[in-house]
This record gives sequence, C-alpha cells and structure tokens, in this order.
Amino acid sequence: MQITMTVNGDSVSREVEARVLLVHFLRDVLGLTGTHWGCDTSNCGLCTVLMDGQPVKSCTVLAVMASGHDIRTVEGLAAGGTLDPVQQGFMEEHGLQCGFCTPGMMLTARALLDKNPDPSEEVIREAISGQICRCTGYATIVRSIQWAAAHPAGSSQAETPAADPASTDTAEVSV
Amino acid sequence: MQIPAAFEYARAESLDHALQLLAEHGEESRVIAGGHSLLPMMKLRIASPEWLIDINDLSELEHITEDGDWLRVGALARHVSLLESDVVAGHFPIVRDAEKTIADPLVRNRGTIGGSLCQADPAEDLSTVCHVLRAELVIRGPNGERTVPMKELHRGPYETSVEPNEILTEIRWPIRARSSSAYTKVERRVGDWATAAAGASVTLGAQGQIEDVAIGLTAVGLDGSTATRSQDAVRGQQPSEDLYAEAGRLAAEDCNPMGDQRGTEAYKRHLADELTRRVLRTAVGRVMSNAGSRG
Repeated sequence: MQITMTVNGDSVSREVEARVLLVHFLRDVLGLTGTHWGCDTSNCGLCTVLMDGQPVKSCTVLAVMASGHDIRTVEGLAAGGTLDPVQQGFMEEHGLQCGFCTPGMMLTARALLDKNPDPSEEVIREAISGQICRCTGYATIVRSIQWAAAHPAGSSQAETPAADPASTDTAEVSV
Repeated sequence: MQIPAAFEYARAESLDHALQLLAEHGEESRVIAGGHSLLPMMKLRIASPEWLIDINDLSELEHITEDGDWLRVGALARHVSLLESDVVAGHFPIVRDAEKTIADPLVRNRGTIGGSLCQADPAEDLSTVCHVLRAELVIRGPNGERTVPMKELHRGPYETSVEPNEILTEIRWPIRARSSSAYTKVERRVGDWATAAAGASVTLGAQGQIEDVAIGLTAVGLDGSTATRSQDAVRGQQPSEDLYAEAGRLAAEDCNPMGDQRGTEAYKRHLADELTRRVLRTAVGRVMSNAGSRG
C-alpha cells in the first residue's frame, strides 16, 4: 500500500507491503542504514528512531503505522554540516566503542534533551535503560549526554572546530 | 529476520469506523494499538491475523479525565502518559509505581493500557493494578456499550471477554477518600516480566482501621490475581507490622507459582510474602501522610 511520511524533514512516498517493519523500510527501501537492526524483539533498542519526537523501537512499528508521521533518524541529527551537540558529546567523551548501539543512543539522548535540557545522571540512565550497549560503555554514554546537555546548540561553548560530517557521521559506522 | 506473515491493513478514522472494519473483516481481524505485544507474536506466528485494524489515530480514546468519583482513562492512553500524569499519581500512586517498572521507556512511548489489559498476559502488571483498584471496563460493540468489572475481563491467559467485534474503550477507576495504594515488583533486569509483584489499595476508617483493602499479586498463579484470605485477614483491623506479616504469610500460602528461569517456587512464595507486606505498609503510610498534609 501507498505510504507517505516525513523522514529527516523530507516527505517520502513509497508503495510497501503492510508487513514491512519501519526499521526495514528505513534501511532497505530508503537506504538509511544508520538505523541499526538488532534483536528483532524490541529488547535491544538498536533500531531506535524518533517518531513525532519520541524515541521508539522501529522493529516494532509497521511502516504503514508510521505513515503520516514525522520520523527522524541518525542521518537527520547533524544540520547543515554541523554536528548535533549529542554527536559532538559522543566524540568528546568517547561515547562509542563498536558503534552499533550509538545511533539509537544518540536519538534517545536528543529526545531527552529536547524535553529536559538539564537531566540528572539518574534521569539519563533511566532514559537509555531500554537500550543495550554490548561493549558496556554506559558510563561514557552517560558522560556524552551530559556533555551535550552542557553544550546546547547555539551556545558559545558549542562552537567547536568545524567537524567534517563525512568522517564523523555515525551513519558511517558500518556493521 | 523476523517478519510477520502477510496481512491486510486498515487504519480506523473513528471508533465507529473501527467497529465497522471489525464487523466487515470478521474474526480473523485484530485491533492494533501500540503493537508491542501483537507484533512480536505475529513475528513468531503465535498470532496470524488476516487483517490489522490500526486504532492509533483515535484520539478520543487517549483521555485521562477526572469525572466525579471516577478517573476515566481511554484505552489508547500510552504507558508514558499514565506514568507522567499527576492526576493519576495523586489518586492512584499504584499506577505510577507499576508504570515505572513496565517494559522500558521506549516501549512505554508506544504501549497502551487497553492493549496491556486485552493481551491478558498473566505476568502483566496493569491487570493486577486494575484488579486492586476494582476497575470497570467499558467495551463498545455493534450493539452499543457495556461495562464489565475487572474480574470479568479475563477468561484465562491471553483470553478476554472482549468479543471479536468489540473494542475496549475506557478503563474507570473509582476515586475513594482516605485511600491510597502501592505496587512493587521484582524483575531480573529492566524490561523483564515480573518474577513476582504485588499491589495493594487501602481505605482507612475514622479510627485509623483498615476499612477496605484489595491485595493483588502478579505472576504467581493466583486466581484473579487477588489474595482473598490476606484481604479478609486485614479488613477491619488496625494497621501493624504483625498484620502485614499475617497477610504476607497467607498470600505465600495461597499463591501457586511455577518455578522457572526467573526463580524457584519457594523463592516466588517468599516474594509473595515479602512484597505483600511492603505494599500494605506503603499504601497505609501514604494514606496517613496524605491525611497529615491535609490536616
């Protein structure tokens, strides 16, 4: 069936089978492989994307159910060649090792900071509790999110040297 | 890769439209809300509906409204809305206690109370909460609306009295004075089902006695999730640690847990005892501190 949704600000329309999951629609139909695909059972949170600003597990949302909604993936985090503070934070604080959980972690962090710009460590840990980092790098992930909270976009502290998105975009972390 | 078997999909534009779609497509159609139970079951072929009727656009089923002596909650209210609602927490702290432990924050962004109750999983937390709060359920079908008490909703595991052409539309919790409630759960890790959990609601009388009480246990094989003998032991008595211990002892005796990867039968009986004591203690303490803050 025909579905239309906004993905990273662009309206996209495609014909899909009703049983196609949002994660596969994003990866296989749109080619946005920054959204990773892990456990298939809504446990691991690798496939997390933002749906109308809220983090959801895209392995447990049908693409047809996302029709008419606003989807944001990791490819939509950087704006105009400038990294999102969350991405910058993951660089500054070594928030990733293998990088497999990183896109989902960063999107959850973005949604959290949009809602609560100054979260406590406890609130950060709760927010990412539905996502698994198998490198067990949680301490640095928490610190990365704290870095982003302390350096919101547009603040003078956020004026870091221009990063080259091509070399730092986590969509480049292949699996 | 886990993908559901092929099915047809229709998105309902209103409650009447959803009912019409269910009538049209018959018993092989299923309503989908958050989808966090149904889609995993479809991936595993435990469920293979021919039609999915998507009710996520029915904003008329998302309300959380105080209405006289009742709190009315739309079946499509998400777990996150229930968790964050101060109105809900003010009247029924048991709901926030339970919601904090249900799945994880991402699942709670999608999952709904109506979906949880209709899934009728014996280890599901909100079912116990609704038993303890003596919820009434509003069910809409082609011939109009009917209301059933919580004890009549579940016919057994994964089976409810909501007919294939009907939709659960609203959950109603009675608001009572000098009352409070609590829930506590032991789980192996975030997002797991309960190893065991307990919930209680108490109403204190003018002399401080426990005028009314409801005690429920999750995932320990208790019929209707209700610890009947524990309730009888507590009702009419002055709250005390000895009383909570007696209620816990009876709950441990009366439950019927199965040993599994989450724990042995003996461990789960121990939890039934200890968690019953804790929720009674917390619920009574909450009534007293409410009375204190109002006084």
